[in-house]
Amino acid sequence: MRDASPAKAYALHVGVIALLFALNFVLPDYHQGLFARIMALAVFAMGYNLLFGYVGLLSLGHAMFFSAGLYGAGLTVHHLGWGVPEAFIAGVTCGALLALVIGLLALRTSGVAFMIVTMMFAQVFYLLILYFAAWTGGDQGLVVQQASRTLNLGGASLDLTDPTVRYMSALALFAVVLLITLTVVRSRFGRVLVAIRENEERTKMLGYDTVANKLAAVVASGAICAASGAAYALLFGYVGSSFAGVQYSILPLLWVLLGGAATTLGPLVGTLFMYYVTDITSGFTSAYLLIVGVALILLVLFFPKGILGSIRERWLGWLP
Amino acid sequence: MADKNGFFDLSKTTLSRRTALKGIAAGAGLALAPGFVRYSQAQSSAPIKIGFQSHRTGIGAAYGRWYEKTSTAAVKAINDAGGISGRKVELVIEDDGTDPARGAEVVAKFAKQHKTDIVFGTLFSHVVIGSAPAAGENKIPYFVVSEGHHVASTKLNRYVFQPGITDVKSQIQSMAPWIAANAGKKVTQIFPDFAFGYDHRDYLPPALKAQGADVIAQIAIPPTESSFTKYFPQIPAETEVIYHVMVGPAVLTFVKELGEFYGSNRPQLFGFIDSLEAVDINSPGLEFLDGSHFWEGSPRYAQPDDSAAQKAYRAAVGIDDNGAAVGDPKDVSTAAHMFGCWETLYVVKKAMEDAGYKGPEDRAKLVEATEALKEFAEGTEHPQGPKTFNGKIHQCFGIQNISKVEGGKLKVVHKTKIEDGLYEPEGDYTTQAL
Repeated sequence: MRDASPAKAYALHVGVIALLFALNFVLPDYHQGLFARIMALAVFAMGYNLLFGYVGLLSLGHAMFFSAGLYGAGLTVHHLGWGVPEAFIAGVTCGALLALVIGLLALRTSGVAFMIVTMMFAQVFYLLILYFAAWTGGDQGLVVQQASRTLNLGGASLDLTDPTVRYMSALALFAVVLLITLTVVRSRFGRVLVAIRENEERTKMLGYDTVANKLAAVVASGAICAASGAAYALLFGYVGSSFAGVQYSILPLLWVLLGGAATTLGPLVGTLFMYYVTDITSGFTSAYLLIVGVALILLVLFFPKGILGSIRERWLGWLP
Repeated sequence: MADKNGFFDLSKTTLSRRTALKGIAAGAGLALAPGFVRYSQAQSSAPIKIGFQSHRTGIGAAYGRWYEKTSTAAVKAINDAGGISGRKVELVIEDDGTDPARGAEVVAKFAKQHKTDIVFGTLFSHVVIGSAPAAGENKIPYFVVSEGHHVASTKLNRYVFQPGITDVKSQIQSMAPWIAANAGKKVTQIFPDFAFGYDHRDYLPPALKAQGADVIAQIAIPPTESSFTKYFPQIPAETEVIYHVMVGPAVLTFVKELGEFYGSNRPQLFGFIDSLEAVDINSPGLEFLDGSHFWEGSPRYAQPDDSAAQKAYRAAVGIDDNGAAVGDPKDVSTAAHMFGCWETLYVVKKAMEDAGYKGPEDRAKLVEATEALKEFAEGTEHPQGPKTFNGKIHQCFGIQNISKVEGGKLKVVHKTKIEDGLYEPEGDYTTQAL
């Protein structure tokens, strides 16, 4: 097997986490804040990648899982006055439960139908947010007040709006999810998922319950995306329906395609790349989305498997 | 099997802060884009930098373009007259894409990368609400021209101000006396089924009730709707006034279908010009609006009794008597709102001068000086009219215009009083820490 060197893979991932940790101390203020955002959203992309990259299920509705976490955390703080840890758990639970229900229904389909069904459910979720505007703030959204974004750990209280605390919190979430993803994809479960992607019929014939495995993947993916949403609400203080729109279902797909589907670090690379291309080019022209589009086309032409996917194919075969 | 060379050694060595810094310095050094350069502190003679968060792209682009034109004109006028405390003013513009997430990033970029003194601009409520936390966390004053009630609701934070345009709750409330006295007592509301519509849904009925009139039906239209005929039978037959605030591209269809439904025998129509900002009132299909009335913050068409200040403002921004760009009659402005940019920049000037503002270290003083403002007299700095300012809720209150569509133009037929739009404050920002 080409991934016979787990030490190498784990070393790389720990190295990336260490690099991100060190960057906190050297990045200029603005970029420190941007990296915190990117890490939180890279978790969203990692959740998406688990389903898209490893199981081969292309969902066009993952914004609903992200926003289930966003609203699950944001609304419990806003309306019920919950603390940060409880709100975070509430967000992740909302995402996991939603994913379970959606999974049970959507997995009756596959391929294009799966895309359409997930997109329709996401649209329903989006319209529900608008419908219950009295609680959700509708299209305007809600602010999670700065005072309620404090994490009390024992005697210490951490202000999540402090740039360093925010960066480290985003990094902690990113690191945990990255290592979980790495472990999952290297596990027996992960290999079954890849087998389903490659040939579902054959996997079934070998005695695996593919539906149960796919459902587990949908729930894991939904929970990870919800963790990202919950963290976003608590770290950046805004909960709004635009995060539940179609755009936020397409974005993780783009980030993953760009970074490399079915690579554990691809989601981070893709998110980072897209964010910086947008941020830098928007300083020069209002047609920056055109530049982003051209960059994407070039990448598809020259790196059809995404940045890390192509690197793995050409040079580093052991890359997980 | 760990690679003995290169990258992986990093994870195997003891990672002291110094080693990490050395290693990372190379990476950081690669990033020599202008954005990575740390900016030096502004000197007292250096320009005052105002970060302008603009809707250059996205759904708000028409507003963004005119907000930029107005702000650029105001900055030029301020600079020509000596700047703020003798320092020139410089606008630094970033596109927020009319997106709340990007809006927040842009505010952080202004605060931390461009090191602007304040952040200013932007209309769409969700962008303002999404950006407000970033302004509060960075402790950078954020002056918005949004007209939403969110600032005055005191749900944002102490760094967010709206001193240049009256909020929608006040606007709606001040329309009620005129509607009840002149248009009719039985009102049916048609509004889009999202937040902008909800402001009208919630604030109009009590305001009309106080004037002895009633809202007899409220028809919410889903934002995804593109045809409206099926909703019109819900309009009660005894309706005397239809109060409509549809927005977006569908408004032309809405008006056309309403015309087909009623023919020549229609109830009175009253609307908010937000529906038709940047849209020519003489566009095909809008003939049905002839004789109807609209709220306007500042009149689109030049009026016979325009003050000298209003004339000077229009000339400086570059709009002709029809409210379109000078030299391009098709480029209709967002006149009812964009005056707020002009006036806000003059409020910033006044507050900075009152505070003896020198640089970012004086931002708290600037907040307090803004909160201390009480009223703005009509004149060059406030061409739309006089205003009062409530420092506790960070919101100004001004006069509103009611205009009638006549011969393809909007003619102001009534100006409200400031008192018509005042309401009980819902909170007090000044109790929040700076």
